[in-house]
Formats: sequence, C-alpha cells, structure tokens
Amino acid sequence: MSIVESPFRVEDAVYRAIIPAGEPFVKTLAAGQHFRILDLEGNQAVDTLFYDADDPQACYSAVDTIRAQGNIYLTAGSRLLSKRGDLLATITADTCGRHDTLGGACSAESNTVRYALEKKHMHSCRDNFLLALAHLHADMEGAMSKRNLSSNINFFMNVPVTPAGGLTFEDGISAAGRYVELRAERDLLVLISNCPQLNNPCNAYNPTPVEVLLWGPVSG
Amino acid sequence: MSDTIWSEWVPGGAHTSFVMRRGTTLRVTAQGPGANASLVLYNYEQLTESYNMADTLKGQHTAFITEHHVLYSDMGRVMCSVTADTCGWHDPFCGLSDRALVNAKYGEARFQQHRNDYHRNGADSLLNELAKYGLGVRDLVAPLNLFSRVTVDDTGAMQFHPDNAAAKDYVDLRFEMHCLVALTTCQHPLDPVPAYAPQAVRLDCHASALPGADDPARTRCPENERAFINTERMFPPGVAA
Repeated sequence: MSIVESPFRVEDAVYRAIIPAGEPFVKTLAAGQHFRILDLEGNQAVDTLFYDADDPQACYSAVDTIRAQGNIYLTAGSRLLSKRGDLLATITADTCGRHDTLGGACSAESNTVRYALEKKHMHSCRDNFLLALAHLHADMEGAMSKRNLSSNINFFMNVPVTPAGGLTFEDGISAAGRYVELRAERDLLVLISNCPQLNNPCNAYNPTPVEVLLWGPVSG
Repeated sequence: MSDTIWSEWVPGGAHTSFVMRRGTTLRVTAQGPGANASLVLYNYEQLTESYNMADTLKGQHTAFITEHHVLYSDMGRVMCSVTADTCGWHDPFCGLSDRALVNAKYGEARFQQHRNDYHRNGADSLLNELAKYGLGVRDLVAPLNLFSRVTVDDTGAMQFHPDNAAAKDYVDLRFEMHCLVALTTCQHPLDPVPAYAPQAVRLDCHASALPGADDPARTRCPENERAFINTERMFPPGVAA
C-alpha cells in the first residue's frame, strides 16, 4: 500500500461541502478538476459512482477497472474506467491506502438477506442513490434510474479477499483526516451515498459525516 | 436427471440468450480446455432486476462461485442455485473482454475476410443479446465467468489459472425464478493464451424438482435461507406461476 499526499491546500479549494452521515450527494465535475473525499472522523464508507456527464450509460465499471489494472483494490494511480472502456478519473492522492471495489452498496433488500428480514426498513445506500437520481435536475431527469446503478466504489472500506477466495467486511483501515483525491479526466457526474449501514463494521457501527472539496477550473 | 427439454451447441466466440423457468436446470458443459462462458441473468418478469455480483459475494462471504452457492439478484432474491460443479471455481469479478482488448491481444479479424471466424468480444456479444430485449450498456452487469478461475494475493493482485476446466467439466444451474439468460463463449479477458481460440460449450435444459427445506444451497448459510424466502414469496404454493 502506498500513501500519496496531495499538493493542494484546503484554503485554495473552489468548493467545499459536508455530506452528513447517511445522506446522498450529487455534483458535476469539470474535466481537469480535482475532487477530494475526506474521512472526517474515521472508518466511514463512502459509496461512490462516477458517470460520463454526457453519457449516463457510461457508468464507472468495477470489473473493467480492476481487470485493466490487475488488482482488486483502488489506490493512488488507479484509473477508473467506464462501462464503455473510457477513462473517467484517475486517483491522484490517497492517504488511506486502498479502497474496496467488490462490496457494492447496501440496499433494503440485501439487508433482509444479510442480517434479518426485519431489517428491510433501515436506511440504505441504494435508497440514497435512487432518491438522488429521482431528484436530478431537469436535463438529466428520466435519463437515469435503477438501471444506471452499477457496482460502486466503497472509499475507505476494507473488504479483504483471501488467496483461497474468502471475502469479508473487516474493520476499516482509514482514520480521521485521511482522504482520497481524483482528477476528472472528462466532465463527470459523481453520485455518493455516505453509508448509513449500522449492521457491519464498514462504518465502525457509527456512520459519520465526510467532507468533499474541489480544486481547479470552475466550469461554465 | 430428467429427460432433456432442449439442447444448444454454442460454438467458441458465440452468443445466445433464452428464458429459464423456475423448476428447470441448465447444464453448461465445457467442450475444451480453457473454456469460458460469461453469463448474466435478469428477472424475466421485471428486467430491471438483475444478477448482482456484489450482493452475491458479500452475502455468501466468497470471491468465487461453486457447488451450493447461489446467485442473488439486486432485489435480495435467489435467481439460481449451483447444484453440481465438476471444476470447483467460477470467476465473478473479472468482467468481459471488449473490442479494444481483443484487437490488442489477438489482432483485428473482420467478417469480410474471415466470415464467421471473425474475432468477437465478450462485451459486444452480451450487448447484442441484451438489445433483443430492450436492454443496453447500463443493463450490462458484472457477469459470472463459468469455468474460469482468478485468485488474488494479499496485495490484491489478480492471477488467472489456465488449468481450471477441462473438456466435459460441467456446472448445473437450478433456476428458482423465471430468468432471462444471456451468455457468450468469448475467451476470459485475462486468458493468457496468445491465440484467439475460444472454446464451445453445450447447453442442456432439464426439468428439476423445487428445493426442499434441507436443500444444501438453501442451508449453506442463513443469508441463503432468507434469500430463498424472498424468492418464494413471488411463487406461493398452489398459485399458478
């Protein structure tokens, strides 16, 4: 695991926002901008999808991304590919070390399977994603639905796979103040659920807020 | 196993799609060493419900699929169960080849010169099938790569194992709900064989009994027990499906 720090200073950011625990976040990023996700209190899973802003079918593809780099974890240098094979973003800095590509998002339905049928009514990342897509601004409205969701990145989440093929959700390897930063390689839409999961250690059983920051040319 | 309802020979590099009803089993048989069959599943009654790699893996705490595993949909249901498997490992996380990968690896070979031996790729092959049902790029989910084995080391680096499947190896998929199946026999994207040499598979569909309370896929873990309940709520006993 390599740790790569960012050259950008917080006071130079052109945009800063807090995503409260358990809430969704949507933003367009201009090509060339740098986007940081900051784990404010530690061990907070941040379920994230990127889309080509001009082509909502061209979502981040976990399987193409990991196949092309030959490694299942994301870290500094990882190139995030779309379902069309295009480069969406490059991870340029990472002070956590590695991020999950296989765990996907929690949903009401998967909560019934993983924990208990009665857990169906707890808040979940997929409900965040679906509601965020439902409230997209007019020119994207109707263009995106559940069909546009795909296996997302779980920034700061620790899902080790063993050589024998075991897979588990483990205690996080992140901590307060760690961050991951990406350069948008084209105009992007970023869709985040700041994970509300309370049933496994992905958020240390205590979902907390994260901060997002942006540097570089302001679009429009 | 009961009499065969239908069979299909799928040549190497080809693609096909069909509907599997609850209560039927699909046997997929490799016809040569290094065979790969990439498969995606959709609920035939609601095509927005699809096989979900992440939910399948985390629900069963596994990074590969073999006998008595099940494939989950994104709606928490068991779509099908692996009731037999002679090769022991099927890859769920490496995805498909695409045109750029096939051209870089094997060279371009187009229909005009090569007729039906032209080079095909996994992604376009499945998109071809999905388009027949109104589905597109956004619906192309991470496939299950039957007969292929990829492991990872402690750093996450991936390794392809070329000796995973031999001719006559087979896997049985018992369908627990009505599913649209799309399948391609293009080579695995990490297959190190330098030649374009996709292998054929044979498909055989049989009628099969519904799983009982002691079914080994159902009882494999509590997660599977609950996912079976979610599926069976769609098919109440005594109500025509």
